[in-house]
Amino acid sequence: MEVLAYILPYLVGAVILVPIANRLGLGSVLGYLIAGVALGPALGLVTENAVDLQHLSEFGVVMMLFLIGLELRPRELWTMRTQLLGLGGLQVFGTMALIVAGVWMLHGSFRVGLALGMVLALSSTAIVLQTLQEKNLERRTGGRAAFAVLLFQDIAVIPMLALLPLLAQTHTDEGAFFDGGGHGGEAAAHHAVNLLHGLPAWAHALGILAVIAGIILAGRFLAYPVFRFIASGRSGEVFTAAALALVIGTSMLMTLVGLSPALGAFLAGVVLSGSEYRHQLESDIEPFKGLLLGIFFVTVGAGVDFGLLFSEPVLIVSAAFLVIAIKGVVLAALAIASRFPARDAWLFSLSLPQGGEFGFVLLGLAVTTGALPIQLAHLTTLVIALTMFLTPIMFTLFEKVIEPRLGVGKAAIQEADTIEHQGTVIIAGIGRFGQIVNRLLRSDGVETVVLDEDARQIDTLRRFGVRAYYGDASRMSLLEAAGIGHAKVFVAALRDTQQQVRMIEDIRRRWPHIHIIARATDRTSAYRISAAGAQTVVREMLAGSVEAGREALEQMGTHPYRAEGIARAFRRHDDETFEVLREIWTEDFLNNPDYMNQARERSEELSDILRSDFSQHPESDEWAIQAAERFDRDEDEENGQKPAAE
Amino acid sequence: MSRSILVLYAHPRPSRSVVNRRLKRVAEGISGVTVVDLYAEYPTHYIDVRREQARVEFADAVIFQHPVYWFSAPSLVKEWVDRVVTYGWALGESEALKGKIYLHAVTTAASHGVFAQEVTGRAALRAQFHPFEAMAGLCGMRYLPPFSLFGEVEQQSRAERLDHHAATYARFLRDLRDEKLDLAQPYRQQMVAT
Repeated sequence: MEVLAYILPYLVGAVILVPIANRLGLGSVLGYLIAGVALGPALGLVTENAVDLQHLSEFGVVMMLFLIGLELRPRELWTMRTQLLGLGGLQVFGTMALIVAGVWMLHGSFRVGLALGMVLALSSTAIVLQTLQEKNLERRTGGRAAFAVLLFQDIAVIPMLALLPLLAQTHTDEGAFFDGGGHGGEAAAHHAVNLLHGLPAWAHALGILAVIAGIILAGRFLAYPVFRFIASGRSGEVFTAAALALVIGTSMLMTLVGLSPALGAFLAGVVLSGSEYRHQLESDIEPFKGLLLGIFFVTVGAGVDFGLLFSEPVLIVSAAFLVIAIKGVVLAALAIASRFPARDAWLFSLSLPQGGEFGFVLLGLAVTTGALPIQLAHLTTLVIALTMFLTPIMFTLFEKVIEPRLGVGKAAIQEADTIEHQGTVIIAGIGRFGQIVNRLLRSDGVETVVLDEDARQIDTLRRFGVRAYYGDASRMSLLEAAGIGHAKVFVAALRDTQQQVRMIEDIRRRWPHIHIIARATDRTSAYRISAAGAQTVVREMLAGSVEAGREALEQMGTHPYRAEGIARAFRRHDDETFEVLREIWTEDFLNNPDYMNQARERSEELSDILRSDFSQHPESDEWAIQAAERFDRDEDEENGQKPAAE
Repeated sequence: MSRSILVLYAHPRPSRSVVNRRLKRVAEGISGVTVVDLYAEYPTHYIDVRREQARVEFADAVIFQHPVYWFSAPSLVKEWVDRVVTYGWALGESEALKGKIYLHAVTTAASHGVFAQEVTGRAALRAQFHPFEAMAGLCGMRYLPPFSLFGEVEQQSRAERLDHHAATYARFLRDLRDEKLDLAQPYRQQMVAT
């Protein structure tokens, strides 16, 4: 209960301030930060538990990297390698070089310069990625480049963690990764266990390689059967538990060998990105990630040490702007050298010049190992927090000022985005019905995404190269992960009408523009599903039964062309009847005289139509009737024998 | 040598047909003649192009047998021509139709009255089927004027007339198969002469 008690103010603060920030167009990250300031320095509601909570919420970053990994197939990662190493490497080393040079000139200390350079070179993965996604910028050149740099930084943290203790005057124990005092707090060092501690360098390296190989192999060969087993149980919360266990387990394993847990989670994500459970994992982890990251931002806000800020306001604010300027210059130089279009160059330069959460971690370690004086570390913490605070404002600057100036409106971007995903169809339910729909669409080259709860079926489809994913399609979070936001058509092909109705109603509410084609069993089910908001309702048995009726007519001796005509007339009349009766249909239609009368009338009308349009003989031409009858008699008498040729 | 003949029979309402049904059965009874009921095979009008092309490639003579509907063939015949006779098969790279004999064998109920004036003259009939003639010419086929069956034989009852038509059509198909017709001359006269 205690934990819940001190989470409560954070939740309440977020609930009040985030929607307001969003309404004002500031983005949710700034909303969380403001909520933190309101709770901490302003109202003093944050207890000493803040540090514990912060450690917990830092796990949101790990989850975010897991989700990023899930989105990124190994092939895509490989195509990113130039940007990753080129942009990322130059950003980190360029920034470090400038800071080292600056500190060395002002302060005369190379060690302090290097430590500060490492701390400040890093940007905030949490804020930047969250904001890029929120503002739909992550697919653009500038957004992708920013992502590549962030990924490189996340990897670069590992050697930095190893290097930092070496900078200390007095060498102390290596700290754990998520260790450290956080902003404005004490350097509460709690040492994690490092299994490889004290081993020779080669064994250390070997251990790390073994763990990475283990994660990849387990993801490839162990995760599939385990998930399939869990999936066959069809218990949603167990799957969620498994997903959480996977992420937490992987990151702990990485911590045990002294690697970044975020990197481990990222790796696990990439390994599982090709699996059919990808979207289900995404939709399971996503809410945890969102919540934890939110709380993390609140703790950043709450941790701002206003006392220190007010004592040295000029120094701290100018330092923050100096950091942004230095990093911005490096980023702009990279963007220009890479020949980014103007918009993307601005986006890239404005998105990354802040300090990041990993900076806090490094600072904590720097203090415990004595690489940096405590006073300077506290100051730097405040500077980083301030730059993080300014980031959402930079994005707003980009969106509201720079982009309009460049003459490229939102419309152009939106259009490019939809073209990329044009023609995607999501098929929920891949029984006999959904399968045919999928095969037909794919035979014409239409891109489909298939969702079903039958793990074995999904596995089979994947062997045929279908983009099939395991999961409960009536969960909106899964549909969102599967990309319903970009899809044009949604095929609702679940077996159960009740489930169909619920799913269609939910989709209609959230994505009013998507075209829904839904499977219905009988007429009643079709009316319900149509009322739920499906534009097109297909009665699953109708086409097949009409087809069987047509075949039977043929076997009774009706000419195929006439049989086809009758079947079509029947079908058309039935479709019209469906439309007519839909207007007056009620759940208790059997006691609805209006409905029953109309239904009877329509059925009589059908007989009339068929009689007049498809009568066997011309009524106007007596001679022809007689001749035809005579001919039929002749034919019968011959008893199926062929007429003589001569 | 004998020719292989493909009769493409097109009658949308065979149950109302008197003459055509009889003629179809006559054609079916002659060896070397393959009869295809187009409306039975393609009730949806969705033609299997490859199958039809293979049929034509196998034949030496192609006959569309059908009633005259509004001064032309029933719509499926046009659809067949549009879909099957394609560039790259009949024209261009391959000339699959070259040298094959091609004609329409038509019946019409309009053997009297005002309507007949427009329809029944041989010259008028040939003019009506000019689009098909032009197509055949372009594909290098040997086009014969329509083989028409209607009441120029001023004979007795309708039943007798039907028998006469059947016999004429049977003889025409056999002569065509056995290469007994001089294709340079009007074939009607040759048949009357023998």
